[in-house]
Amino acid sequence: MALPDLAKKPQRFTGGHRACAGCGFPITIKIILQAAENPVVVGCATGCMEVTSTIYPYTAWRCSFIHTAFENAAATVSGIEAAYRSLRRQGKIQQDIDFIAFGGDGGTYDIGLQSLSGAMERGHKLVYVCYNNQGYMNTGIQRSSATPRGANTTTTPAGTQLPGKPQHPKDLTAIMAAHDIPYAAQASMSHWNDLYRKAKKAFAVDGPAFLNVLSTCRLGWATAPEDTVDAAEGAVQCNVWPLYEVEQGKWKLTFKPKKPLPVADWMKQQGRFKHLFRADNSQLLESIQQQVDENWQRLLERCGE
Amino acid sequence: MAIAIATQKTAALTGNEAAAQALRQINPDVVAAYPITPQTEIVQLFSTFVSDGLVKTEFVAVESEHSAMSATVGAAAAGARAMTATSSQGLALMWEMLYVAAGMRIPIVMPMVNRALSSPINIHCDHSDSMGARDSGWLQIYSENAQEMYDNLIQAVRIAEHPDVLLPVMVTMDGFIISHGMENVELLPDQAVQDFVGEYNFPYPLLDVEHPRTLGPLTLQDFYFEHKREQAEAVYRAKEVILAAAEEYAAISGRRYGFFEAYRMDDAEYAVVVLGSTAGTAKYVVDGLRQAGEKCGLVKVRVFRPFPGPELCEALSGLKAVGIMDRADTFSTQGGPLFLEVKAALYHAAGQPQCMNFVYGLGGRDIDPELIRQAFVEVKDLMKKPADGVLPIVRYLGVRE
Repeated sequence: MALPDLAKKPQRFTGGHRACAGCGFPITIKIILQAAENPVVVGCATGCMEVTSTIYPYTAWRCSFIHTAFENAAATVSGIEAAYRSLRRQGKIQQDIDFIAFGGDGGTYDIGLQSLSGAMERGHKLVYVCYNNQGYMNTGIQRSSATPRGANTTTTPAGTQLPGKPQHPKDLTAIMAAHDIPYAAQASMSHWNDLYRKAKKAFAVDGPAFLNVLSTCRLGWATAPEDTVDAAEGAVQCNVWPLYEVEQGKWKLTFKPKKPLPVADWMKQQGRFKHLFRADNSQLLESIQQQVDENWQRLLERCGE
Repeated sequence: MAIAIATQKTAALTGNEAAAQALRQINPDVVAAYPITPQTEIVQLFSTFVSDGLVKTEFVAVESEHSAMSATVGAAAAGARAMTATSSQGLALMWEMLYVAAGMRIPIVMPMVNRALSSPINIHCDHSDSMGARDSGWLQIYSENAQEMYDNLIQAVRIAEHPDVLLPVMVTMDGFIISHGMENVELLPDQAVQDFVGEYNFPYPLLDVEHPRTLGPLTLQDFYFEHKREQAEAVYRAKEVILAAAEEYAAISGRRYGFFEAYRMDDAEYAVVVLGSTAGTAKYVVDGLRQAGEKCGLVKVRVFRPFPGPELCEALSGLKAVGIMDRADTFSTQGGPLFLEVKAALYHAAGQPQCMNFVYGLGGRDIDPELIRQAFVEVKDLMKKPADGVLPIVRYLGVRE
């Protein structure tokens, strides 16, 4: 798919929504929605995406859309998909329809993990997309289990004693792959073609699929609006956010940086890591780099590289 | 048009079996449920119907009650008739989604088998689970026995899905006492139930992809209140729909229901008001007292939401004293939930009967005829007391103190 062709495809998510200038999620979801060939029904967890796209009586959605609560997008959409299977089996509906659940990393990694695990394990034919901006951004930038180590958030504020979030993010994509679903992948809004291709594969499989897509939050990351795509690109180039897929249990890298950048290069672009560049935090910075390197090595092994 | 009463089959069933038979005959498109004592049997039995191809239902064995209600909301919003069932802690875990289902006007019917809430953990009957959800926006219908559970479930489909209502309905029965007790139950023919419930017709189905709609949007100061006002209005409208459904149901079943049942109330001077299975025992006690010349009666409330305040007020007007029996407490020092409702309704009653509250049977504590007789004695004593006296209005019945 060439970018000009992608731009010509009809948009299911319109402009005029109320996301911040420079917000990452609209880019992410537009690409994913464009990859669906069939009509779609979208379910969405509570969060920025739902709040900014559906303020009554307006909606940015040209397709069927439902929001019910925060932790249950996967369960809600699994009910919709079950309804579809039932009505289709009864001959009451003939059309092919794709089902998508969107959640931020708060709604996916944390409060919605049980609901997501259940839906994946039951084998519903739906695509779950985590638009991962590495924190609870809608409620004002709190840490999630997807927030990088060292990040300044409002619940892990960088202070004189504690230098931001103490823990590394958990590896949710691997957790989803461990559900033995037909397709799980990690993607980034910066690599639109890779994301588009992965979304295509996710819609094509006969069963559940999971996409974990890095989507910049310019407020939470403290980046300039015009740097949104670059900030996500940096995470890929320094191996903080490797792009890979797990297809029928087979792990495969889909992008390998020619020469990985130091993590510090990516962090320097963002205000949330500013404190890590103080002399007293240099050891922490090194430790983060070490962890990223170890994770990358492990991923290379998993991918047979 | 006269409708002939269908030839019914008598079967010996537990309350759970009767509920499962109602679900089979309603034949919903989707059931998403999770096991919990004492409701589990409904889900188990229904699963065998699915496995044996007796229903067209897509059964979703979810990983929690929160997901059960979420998936049921999703399925019903998609355009499928969807049901679930629960008890106690399961209902508590659904809490958030109960309000969502009602606020989104999703017409779900849910059998709810009453069981005490933790802590301490207890698996036996009281009404603390459904009473906690009494202001969630769900309609609530309480059943005295397995027959009523069966009948109420079938009627609830028509009530929930009526275009003037579009609200979820919880149909309850007492855990173990009814859910696991066996009785004779008259079952309608499958086709009669199918004809009665008709086709599911949610007005904004998500699967109508040609007419995309946004369900569950953010609604702020400018519209939220109007949505809630309309939701409240739907509950008012439900009253008429409940009675109309009962009339139609009587025509096919011969069994007639109202908001409540007034038992030997015609010339009663004092009475007791109850919910659920206790009514059966209380009727037996009333019969005995009547034989002894006592002018007493019983009111069994069937529909708790909407609460039939004016109708109950009329039924209780002219009495000298009323005892209201609650199988739940509100922990407010003001008595149980049924008491609060009935007392509020009685504010407008002619002569304002004296009233008092009996909280009883928590955690499945047995309520026997002797205890109910004791309640009647205390209510009768109340008649003698001055209307302006300060009375101990909340009594805990059958407990070691």
